[in-house]
Order: sequence, then C-alpha cells, then structure tokens
Amino acid sequence: MSYKELFIGFTRSGLLGYGGGPSAIPLIRYEAVERFKWMNDDEFAEVLALGNALPGPIATKMAAYIGYKVKGKMGALIAILAQVVPTVLALIALLSTLYAMGESRMIKGMIAAVGPVIGMMLAVMGYQFLKKGWVGLGWKANIVMLVISFLALELLNIHPAIMIVVFISYAMIKTYFSTNKPDTKRSVS
Amino acid sequence: MIYLQVFWVFFITNILGYGGGPSTIPLFQAEVVEHYGWLTLKEFGDILAIANALPGPIATKMSGYIGYQVAGPLGSIVALIATVLPTAVAMVFLFKFVTLFKSSPYVKELTKSVQPVVAVLLLVLAYQFIASAWESNGWIHTAILALGSFWAMERIKVHPALVIGGSLAYGALFLS
Repeated sequence: MSYKELFIGFTRSGLLGYGGGPSAIPLIRYEAVERFKWMNDDEFAEVLALGNALPGPIATKMAAYIGYKVKGKMGALIAILAQVVPTVLALIALLSTLYAMGESRMIKGMIAAVGPVIGMMLAVMGYQFLKKGWVGLGWKANIVMLVISFLALELLNIHPAIMIVVFISYAMIKTYFSTNKPDTKRSVS
Repeated sequence: MIYLQVFWVFFITNILGYGGGPSTIPLFQAEVVEHYGWLTLKEFGDILAIANALPGPIATKMSGYIGYQVAGPLGSIVALIATVLPTAVAMVFLFKFVTLFKSSPYVKELTKSVQPVVAVLLLVLAYQFIASAWESNGWIHTAILALGSFWAMERIKVHPALVIGGSLAYGALFLS
C-alpha cells in the first residue's frame, strides 16, 4: 500500500512541477506532509536542509530520502523512478517525433525560434545566481570571483569542473580560518 | 567504452552541480558539447528547450535524453543512475548527521562560493544561444523572441511551457 502511495505521490509531484526541481519542493511537501503524512513539517525541513547541502538535483534527493524512510531501499527506488521516469520518457518521445519530422520546413522554423528563448531563460537563471552571490558574498567578493571565473573559463579555457573545485577549496580554507579564530580567542581570554 | 564515458560525465557534472538543476546545465554543455562532441550546441539547445517545456526535474530529463541519444536505452539508464544514485545514497547515509550539516558554516560557504562560477557559465551559455540565433535568424526575429519571452516569463508570468509553445508557433509561422 505504501509503495502505491509513494508511486502516486512522486509521480504527481514530478509531473506538476514546472521550472525544474526547486519548483517541485512545495509539491513534494504537500504529498509527504499533508496528503500521506509520511513525516511532519520539521522533519521535512531537515530533509530539505540536507538536500540543499549536497550537490545534484534536489527533487531526486528528496525522493530518495523520503522513499527510504517510508519503505526502505525499495521505497527509495520507487520514489526516484516515479519522480524521474515519466518526464524522461516524455522528452525522448517528444524529441524523437520532432527529429523524425526534422526535414519539414515548419519543424526547422520551430526549432530555430526556440534558440533565443532558451538564451533568455538561461540569462534569467544566470542573473538569479548573480543576485544570490551578491547577497551571500557581498558585492566586492562577488565581483572579484565573477571576474576570476570569467577570465579562467573564457580566456584561459579552464574546465568548469576545475574552477568549481578551486572555489570550493577556497571556501573551505576561508571557513576553516574564520571559524577557528574566534574559538582560540575565546579560550585565551 | 561509451557507457563508462556516459557514467563519468553525468556523475561528475552532478557531483559538482551545487545549486540544483540549473547549475548543472552549463556543466553538461561543457562535457557533452565541448569535451566529447556528442552533440552540437544547437542540438543541446533544442533538448534544453523541449526539456524546459516539460515538467519535472531538469537535470534528470537532460541526462536521461542525452544518455539515450549517445548510447541508446541502456545509455539512458546509465546516465540516470550516474545522476541520481550518488546523492540519493548520500542523503540516506548522511541524514543522521543532519544537525551537523544544518549549522555547518562550511556548507553555507561552499554553496555561496560556487555561485559566481555558475552565474558566469549560465550567462556565457545564454550569450552563445542568442548570438547563434542572431546569425541564423537575423536580429529582428531574435530580438522579438528574446524580449518577448522575457516579458512573458518575468513580467506577466506566463507558464514556461506556454512560452516555449508560443515560440514554436512563431517559428512555424515566420521562420519556415
């Protein structure tokens, strides 16, 4: 019975969440807390906090933990599959149809028109990350890091993965020193 | 060994993708278009567009489809496993320590420090799409589509699926 609930809950939240994983969070909360009562709001907040602390898509991380909590490993598997598989199949079906008709001029025109829209959507996403950095890091650090990233990525052609590792290491070192300083002061005085 | 490559690409991009789905998009592009040359930028853009028109998490839709196109149904499964499994396992095992994570200053700094890189990657990718559309469709159509979609999404909050649908209709009418 719970397998079925997990399947329904995560299929529904996967199919109704537009705008990627983050938009599915309130829908997952509805299924987990209100509809099926797998957990209370506090626990859901903790799952979300851990999910946000880890990399990768957020919706599948939530599905994994909630499914595991409700029904063990099989529960986790069912929750993830329910969340992911319907939309992957839909994308494969839709694109295959589109490419099968790819020779038609109308389809070519349709595909050509989508480029600027995708550019705009990415620009908006980029701006949101810019704004988050502005708030989180302060404008000075944000500008410095933006310039460094731009030069490294675009002029020196350094792989983005390397830049991310470098910035993560920098954050770790910075946090290490800033959290240890006040502690030593306190113990001395 | 194509399956190993597919696994590696989607494993590494998702492990480094801090900030959810959107932050993995430019990382996918760097691997799939620039490094391995599995897709052209144009094809990558088409996939991204249609994926955005559909509901559900974006990273899994992209990896599921790209895996399928590169290496068939098994490629799709491999790509999905690489995308989902590592962080799913981490969630289950690390949940006991959630209080440590929640208050950890490391985690807060870590997420913040990645944001500028992701912002640059997304903006550069946005520029590439608009520039290549400019070249092939001319500036008038590009400007109408880019500004029109911005206005629809951000100002009057039209559903993203309708925005993509609208641009497809525009293309069928004016760009064919």
